[in-house]
Amino acid sequence: MQRYIKSYWPVFVLPTMLAFAIGFLIPFVMGLYLSFCDFTTISNATFVGFANYVKAFADATSDFGHALWFTALFAAISTVLINLFGLAIALLLVRGFRGTNLFRTVFFMPNLIGGIVLGWLWQVILNGVLANYGVTLVTNEWYGFWGLMIVMLWQQAGYMMIIYISGLQSIPEELTEAAAIDGATGWQTLTRVKLPMIMPSITICTFLTLTNGFKLFDQNLALTNGMPSNRSQLLALNIYHTFYGRTGWAGAGQAKAVVFCLIVVGIALLQLRLTRSKEVQQ
Amino acid sequence: MAHALNRRRRVADTVLTVVFSLVSLVYVYPLVMVLVNSFKRKAYISRAPFALPTDKMFGGLTNYTNGIELTNFFNAMVYSFVITVLSVFLILLCTSMCAWFISRVQTKTTRAVYLLCIFSMVVPFQMVMFTLSKVANVMGFNTPWTIPVIYLGFGAGLAVFMFTGYMKACPIAIEESAMIDGCKPLRTFFSVVLPILQPTYISTGILETMWIWNDYLLPYLVLDLKRFKTIPIAVQYLKGGYGSVDMGAMMAVLVLAIVPIIVFYLLCQKYIVSGVMAGAVKG
Repeated sequence: MQRYIKSYWPVFVLPTMLAFAIGFLIPFVMGLYLSFCDFTTISNATFVGFANYVKAFADATSDFGHALWFTALFAAISTVLINLFGLAIALLLVRGFRGTNLFRTVFFMPNLIGGIVLGWLWQVILNGVLANYGVTLVTNEWYGFWGLMIVMLWQQAGYMMIIYISGLQSIPEELTEAAAIDGATGWQTLTRVKLPMIMPSITICTFLTLTNGFKLFDQNLALTNGMPSNRSQLLALNIYHTFYGRTGWAGAGQAKAVVFCLIVVGIALLQLRLTRSKEVQQ
Repeated sequence: MAHALNRRRRVADTVLTVVFSLVSLVYVYPLVMVLVNSFKRKAYISRAPFALPTDKMFGGLTNYTNGIELTNFFNAMVYSFVITVLSVFLILLCTSMCAWFISRVQTKTTRAVYLLCIFSMVVPFQMVMFTLSKVANVMGFNTPWTIPVIYLGFGAGLAVFMFTGYMKACPIAIEESAMIDGCKPLRTFFSVVLPILQPTYISTGILETMWIWNDYLLPYLVLDLKRFKTIPIAVQYLKGGYGSVDMGAMMAVLVLAIVPIIVFYLLCQKYIVSGVMAGAVKG
């Protein structure tokens, strides 16, 4: 059967592969190459080795190093908060009290709204609250930081809640019953039975929120646009501004993008290893 | 004693219902607030964002007419719709065929294709944004009718991954018997494999729809912006070049952008939630 299907590859595989080449593969390889070039458009690129990388890290106007640790800090804190909140809601909702379905619907809803729309929506609210204290979201970078944190918590907790609920529902009832008969307290059941059993969900959610935190762009653009003076820029926005906000910086922008890509791929590889090693066998 | 336990549980559940109702109200509040503000005269939105639009503040529908005019909102909505529907259709059709092929024909090449797809899921858009927008422009993928090809290319990874994941668990025997009965591969795919894949079509379709409908940067860089804007682009454009924003128009446009999403969500909630679950289990 394999050999019979094989001759049909132009119909089955070719369309996707052509689009894949145009939409991903060619731009990716070109991008990698251009990060070692001096260029303003693709046609006038000249090879300059690692000069762009040096320039990227020495950039004083839109501090790449600052954006890097600012993003790492944001991703780390948002990962913890979103997962704690999502898991807490999930644990309570699986008890199944009155209104559970409605609450689930409400908590998940913000996920469907796009980042740009959410950013503007929250800008009005947060600035409205902050106005009482005589400050705004762009007074210094930490207002933007925590503002963004609130937006992401509001948006993503529901998504993680859904994943945790499906994990919790797949725990066989015998296990929790056995724990209850053995006299386990609620806390013990949670930490010794439930959490180990939903380890796969925890891994997925942790890495999902971590990568989302690193890749965050739309909300950052709409909420503060990096103000004041690029201090509240996350990595993705920093790269965008380097490319499109300044002339002569395209090479450094591409170099930053490669560094960014390496970080995100590194996180993904870490996830792959952890997922394979840490899951509990039923 | 069992009776007392039951009672305690019921009390706890009632408390939970009350607490969650309050939290839900807080959760929905931002959306309500935008709606309320969209009826205020624009000077009062930043000055009194939490007040109700009483007579002096009430602006009627002016924000809506302004917002729709400034952003050409209904055009943007049509373009968003065209791009999303065409792209999702193209992605589902092409990647499911591709995924079937690479999971049934196991060679080094198909393995490489699969790994490349996985790799593309991880790569952040900023890595390719500059080169991709140049390539797309040169090749004419800058209209709502051609940009789906770009979405197919950049979105193929997730879709191929979802489909192959499902196909590995699918019994091969039905397809084989169809082929033995004389079905050509195309016929086998469309009349045997495609119906089996229906749940994956729905969940993948939902995930891709959520992404493409809300996507900002890709269409912003690829589309010919003088002629075509999607909803997120139109919203961001309200900001204008000098940083001054007509907050009234902004509120109205935000409401108009959110309403279709909520309607869609309430209609297809079951599929959306199960789509997210399926995506998470595989992702």
